[in-house]
Amino acid sequence: MMMKKTGLAAVVALALGVTACSSGDDKDNGGTAEFNAADASIVNQSAKTGGTLNLALSDDWDSIDPGNTYYAFSWNFARLYGRALTTFKPAAGKDGLTLVPDLAQNLGEVSDGGRTVTYKLKPGIKYEDGTPVTAKDVKYAVARTYARDVLPNGPTYFVDLLDAGTYTGPYKNTDINAFTGIQTPDDTTVVFKLKQPFGDFDFLVSSPQTIPVPQAKDTGAKYQEHPMSTGSYKVDTYEPGKQFVLSKNPNWDSSDPNRKQLVDKIDVKLKVNAEDIDNRLLAGSLDADIAGSGMQAAARSRVLSDPNLKKNSDNTFTGRLWFFVMDEKVAPFDNIECRKAVQYATDKVALQTAYGGPIAGGDVATTMLPPTIVGYQKFDLYATPESKGDVAKAKDALTRCGRPDGFETKILLRADRPNEVAAGEALQQALGKVNIKAEIRSVPAGQYFTRFAGAPEYMKGNQIGIAFHGWQADWPTGYGFLQQLVDGRTIKAQGNTNVQEMNVPEINAMFDKAAASTDAKERETIYGQIDKAAMEHASVVPFLYGKGLLYRNPAMTNVFISYPFGMYDYVGLGKG
Amino acid sequence: MAGFVIRRALGAVLLLVVTSMVTFAIFFVVPRLAGQTVDQLAAQYVGKDPSQAEIEATKVKLGLDQPITVQYGRFVKGIVAGREYSFGPSTEYCPPPCFGYSFKTQRPVWPDLVDRMEVTASLAFGASVLWLLAGVSIGVLSALRKGSFFDRAAMITALAGVSLPIFFTGLLSLALFLPTGVSYVSITDDPLAWAKNLLLPWITLAFLYAALYARLTRAGMLETMGEDYIRTARAKGLPERIVVTRHALRATLTPILTVFGLDIGLLLGGAVLTESTFSLPGIGRYAIDAINNNDLPQVLGVTMLAAFFIVVANLIVDLLYAVADPRVRLS
Repeated sequence: MMMKKTGLAAVVALALGVTACSSGDDKDNGGTAEFNAADASIVNQSAKTGGTLNLALSDDWDSIDPGNTYYAFSWNFARLYGRALTTFKPAAGKDGLTLVPDLAQNLGEVSDGGRTVTYKLKPGIKYEDGTPVTAKDVKYAVARTYARDVLPNGPTYFVDLLDAGTYTGPYKNTDINAFTGIQTPDDTTVVFKLKQPFGDFDFLVSSPQTIPVPQAKDTGAKYQEHPMSTGSYKVDTYEPGKQFVLSKNPNWDSSDPNRKQLVDKIDVKLKVNAEDIDNRLLAGSLDADIAGSGMQAAARSRVLSDPNLKKNSDNTFTGRLWFFVMDEKVAPFDNIECRKAVQYATDKVALQTAYGGPIAGGDVATTMLPPTIVGYQKFDLYATPESKGDVAKAKDALTRCGRPDGFETKILLRADRPNEVAAGEALQQALGKVNIKAEIRSVPAGQYFTRFAGAPEYMKGNQIGIAFHGWQADWPTGYGFLQQLVDGRTIKAQGNTNVQEMNVPEINAMFDKAAASTDAKERETIYGQIDKAAMEHASVVPFLYGKGLLYRNPAMTNVFISYPFGMYDYVGLGKG
Repeated sequence: MAGFVIRRALGAVLLLVVTSMVTFAIFFVVPRLAGQTVDQLAAQYVGKDPSQAEIEATKVKLGLDQPITVQYGRFVKGIVAGREYSFGPSTEYCPPPCFGYSFKTQRPVWPDLVDRMEVTASLAFGASVLWLLAGVSIGVLSALRKGSFFDRAAMITALAGVSLPIFFTGLLSLALFLPTGVSYVSITDDPLAWAKNLLLPWITLAFLYAALYARLTRAGMLETMGEDYIRTARAKGLPERIVVTRHALRATLTPILTVFGLDIGLLLGGAVLTESTFSLPGIGRYAIDAINNNDLPQVLGVTMLAAFFIVVANLIVDLLYAVADPRVRLS
């Protein structure tokens, strides 16, 4: 269905090849606009104020409550109306991966062998109504994320890491002192108590779950109707499925180095048809697509074929890795040589084509860590000519596996993802060249991890050897990216993301070593080692570092790609 | 007449009850036949990587731990008498008709439906006026000039209208005439902007339906114009205008009214493709999201609303029969 729609849209675009596009004429905003310019530099730098930033989203937020959201665009955008303890440096390129203090004065001060992390709040920070932010509000913000029956959407890292016993959130027991995971000795000090050391903790507190929430204003699931702002903008209205409007926060601390307050208003239209978003972008009535996942096929071909439009676009890494895995508990993939046979047989270029080619799909991947993640090292353990597969090497591996005549297996994928279906068929074809007969089994995406790929019993019971997968880190380090994928202790009965059931004690130990390290350089080295060790185990076949073609309205100022989020950085945008 | 209306109203209520039961059964029974457990159902509403304790808490909160009959009973009670819902620190009363709270957005379903109703009704009624006027007029003229250039051109256009899907004509018309997109403005805020913004969706939707109605009217008119009573009317010396409008068209209108009732009822339940193509926040978009999110309260709300509109539209059509065709008597 999606494919048909995209195809038709392409026909429409071709039919409209002559349609005028007024926005193609770039407005003069410094003249720095060129293809991919926002990937490594800040396009149209300007301090000009006023105007409205018009954004759109083809879907909707899971919740605009900072404590109850888990989309990358949402975490990026939440920084407009909330200040977490830390955030990412507002800079283009890899510099943007640097963590800087936001609500806190400095990064965390680690003590007690890594089990205590302390932050001092900056003085004078207020909510939109003028009341001061206190350490207790940060504590309360984290405490409420324990109430998973009320706020189910966010991640559970604090629940997993903090030493808070069986605490179940502030709604069943309103006494915040019952929450022992955080201590607040005074109004400006927040002390996190961890069960065990966690080296990436500064990254963890950059999540919107540490954006302060005053207990008196908390309305639980209804808090999303008006979260209290500490950022440069405040929420005016949020109408699910319709629009989300923000205006300037009069009590924002203007000494804040991490965000700007240039436009008067930010208007996000929700549930706008994806093709409609592209049309609006090219017509200039929209400034950016907030999801940051890239343009649709029709608009993409139009932009890439018109130099005037192309110079306002960026082909950037989304931070997402596309890969497939082989379940090590399902024969014959319990034998590493059979896994290697698949590694060598895979035609990664065919899979890249299935995902839309290098611009829409991404670059061919050889590692689990994408290039925009801290710890990435370039290597290729299973190199094949032009990444198109090597039949001879694959057959050698099959012989070593004791299956010289090949074998039969099943490929699991999401039926409602056309790219994945096409990739599954391409893989099936490539495996067929070495006599691995793969049957494709398609299941609904909505239950992929709760019932199918994420349920080891289902995988084993149905003899599913291969399953497609995609992943994006919650924070851009090797730990944030890899731990849920290859740490054997994360394997669970449902919702399992270590689908290949990789459980290698040496790899698990490396995660512990990285978590205990207070040296960022050492952690970075370990992440690279984990990536290599996991690839040596051969049960994961990364094939694409995801990319998308983003379009920026030439009228937009201070535009750059945020590497941690893989999309435009929203906190400093203005209009020229 | 009164007895007819009461009987139909009771029938409508029965139909709505059956619809809600079938929707409930489809939501709960069919997935279970395919092997889905209640835990797996609940896990969809707890976010990523839920623990068993979180799943249990969610089951209790959403009432999924109760037998289906109890859940259905609560649903019916909510519609009739309202129910209470916990938001964490506080509990709120949801007044009748309470279709419950969305499993995903945790917002009450009924106010969201009412909110979106204006968009869908604006789209449906505006487009229906256009397609009735255009469709019936073209159908009558085609029938009266059968075989002419106009007739052939109109029927080829009608065939195109029926054949081309809305998302094709919609995207094409957007790209050609309104690349900046459609922004819905409430009729109460600015009637002119309301009409201006909806004009393109109206025309696109009406293009499809007008084509159907033109073909339907043409066929009906051709059949009626050959009837004996038309010949008699002409023999009596009635002007052709009177013969066509009072005698032929009136008889042709009966089947058109039937189809119109169904169409308008269906559209009020959500013009799914048109709303999606033009990014209009109506019932149709709501329905798509409800289904995609596997959100039972939303699915039930949309289904019941759509069924209600179809039933009401049909009732109105039945009443109009008596006006359009004097041979029909409601009893």
